[in-house]
Amino acid sequence: MGTETRVLLEHLGAPNLLRAAGYRAKGGYSALEKALQSMTPAAVTDEVKKSQLKGRGGAGFPTGMKWDFLDRESGKPIYLCCNADESEPGACKDRIIIHENPHLLLEGILIACYAIGSRNAFIYIRGEFHRGAEILLSAIEDARNNGWIGENILNSGFSCYIQVYRGAGAYVCGEETGLLTSLEGKRGYPKNKPPFPAIAGLYGCPTIINNVETLSAIPAIVNQGGEWYASMGTEKSAGTRLLCLSGHVNKPGVYEVVLGTMTLREFIEDFGGGVPGGRSIKGVIPGGSSMPVLREEQLDVRLSFEDIQAIGSSLGAGAIIVMDETVDMVEICLLLAKFYEHESCGQCTPCREGTRWFAQILEGILQGEGREEDLELMLDICRSEYTSICPLWSAAVWPVRAFIKQFREEFIQKIKEAKPSAKNVRELAKAQ
Amino acid sequence: MPSLRETCPAKVEEILRRFPQKPSAAIPLLYLAWETYGYISEEAMIETADILGTTPATIQGIATFYTMFPMNKRGKYHIEICQNISCHLVGAQDLTKRIENKLGIRCGECTGDGRFSLAKAECLAGCSWGPCLHINGKEYLQLTPEKAAEILDSLLRL
Repeated sequence: MGTETRVLLEHLGAPNLLRAAGYRAKGGYSALEKALQSMTPAAVTDEVKKSQLKGRGGAGFPTGMKWDFLDRESGKPIYLCCNADESEPGACKDRIIIHENPHLLLEGILIACYAIGSRNAFIYIRGEFHRGAEILLSAIEDARNNGWIGENILNSGFSCYIQVYRGAGAYVCGEETGLLTSLEGKRGYPKNKPPFPAIAGLYGCPTIINNVETLSAIPAIVNQGGEWYASMGTEKSAGTRLLCLSGHVNKPGVYEVVLGTMTLREFIEDFGGGVPGGRSIKGVIPGGSSMPVLREEQLDVRLSFEDIQAIGSSLGAGAIIVMDETVDMVEICLLLAKFYEHESCGQCTPCREGTRWFAQILEGILQGEGREEDLELMLDICRSEYTSICPLWSAAVWPVRAFIKQFREEFIQKIKEAKPSAKNVRELAKAQ
Repeated sequence: MPSLRETCPAKVEEILRRFPQKPSAAIPLLYLAWETYGYISEEAMIETADILGTTPATIQGIATFYTMFPMNKRGKYHIEICQNISCHLVGAQDLTKRIENKLGIRCGECTGDGRFSLAKAECLAGCSWGPCLHINGKEYLQLTPEKAAEILDSLLRL
């Protein structure tokens, strides 16, 4: 029986947690105190490195190593950007922290700023999180009034300011360079890397971008030590991980678990309470809409980054979407393709044209105009997966390729069952 | 229509003060225009460009890139229904149909009296509590068609 291990969600539901006083009553801001009063910035970074904390936004890059890449000698201001643009369909974990325990995030940001030598942090929050933005603004004001944010915090000589910046509805702004161009007040177009943001980021200055969940883990790491954090989980999946469970389960929600302690099937059964109506599972997307779908018979995989990667998918943004036997997989594939078509920024031809092409072909199949060659055509389009500036095109390719691979028989059946449409009849007439 | 600098000069100044570089104020100023006028008018885009020392075309390019900025007036109650995978799996389509039938409009339309406008939304990040929708930015989770109808009834009574 899987159990939750709550580090980030430990105090969820505690009274007055939205206020600095309530957070303080639960031991909040003690890690910031510890860092400022008894640790050097390098010592904080060392603890984060020891913790083996990897970025929780989806890419999974080691956080301490990212901080080390920072150009500290440029003489330019250093910025920290918190990526709160949680837009991956299926993912809704960061909003739990923002909505329920915003001071945890603020404390994580302040400690990170201390470690990297920044005095200006931005929280880039997706525009649709109206309430989340209000909660953060109120928490920042409260923290400032209590001396946790501002000039000379705790008489340490460290000063830091945090601002909330609202996006306005563009999935691509979750990509770090897209986020930065958006924050600079432009269309949120991603940029080619290098240079990486740690060298030339916001306004051309050295910038660290970390996800909400990543930054929220920092206080516990500082308080209890990097080795304590690394002792949880597997070699490649240290610490705890927030996972969102959605779709056809009895108890959807956000759960905090130690990776490697259960299988994907056990997670769905123990936390999600299984599938409603006693129906069976047909497929599961383990890491948010862009990650390759798995078939029911693959669910006995151990729940960890490396194990899920080994069977051809990824935990990605930590969003597990369950689909039962009633789901039309071609329809779901089209729904996802249309999402990426809508969200492509249009800079790169493979992404701009490819996402539209996928959507058109899949629409054709569902409208009874599909041909078996369409599947090969789509797989051929998939071959250009790494030819765009940012990973949005890859994010569009992976689900299409995986749906065709895993549920090919359903696509074929759909094509074979197609009734002759006007177009087919016209083509038939031409052929005769 | 009075300009932003006439209507809310303090807010304009406060937004400009927030950022190390002026262009960063573009999106917050567009939000301010939206809050002030209910949508992003051509005049607001021209004024935003003037405030930031850039061209109206640049500001229009920004405003149209982000899907949330309304370029036309919306209903008094603007309803956005999430259509993405998690909400889709738990009944977003039925919810949409019920709301469309109740209001007598399709997604993308506004009621004749201007009270309700309806739109399909990409993921609203309420995935574990779907199906969900927003009404003027306020979130409603774990909806059924019946619950949604009750919410609309309560708004119709206002």
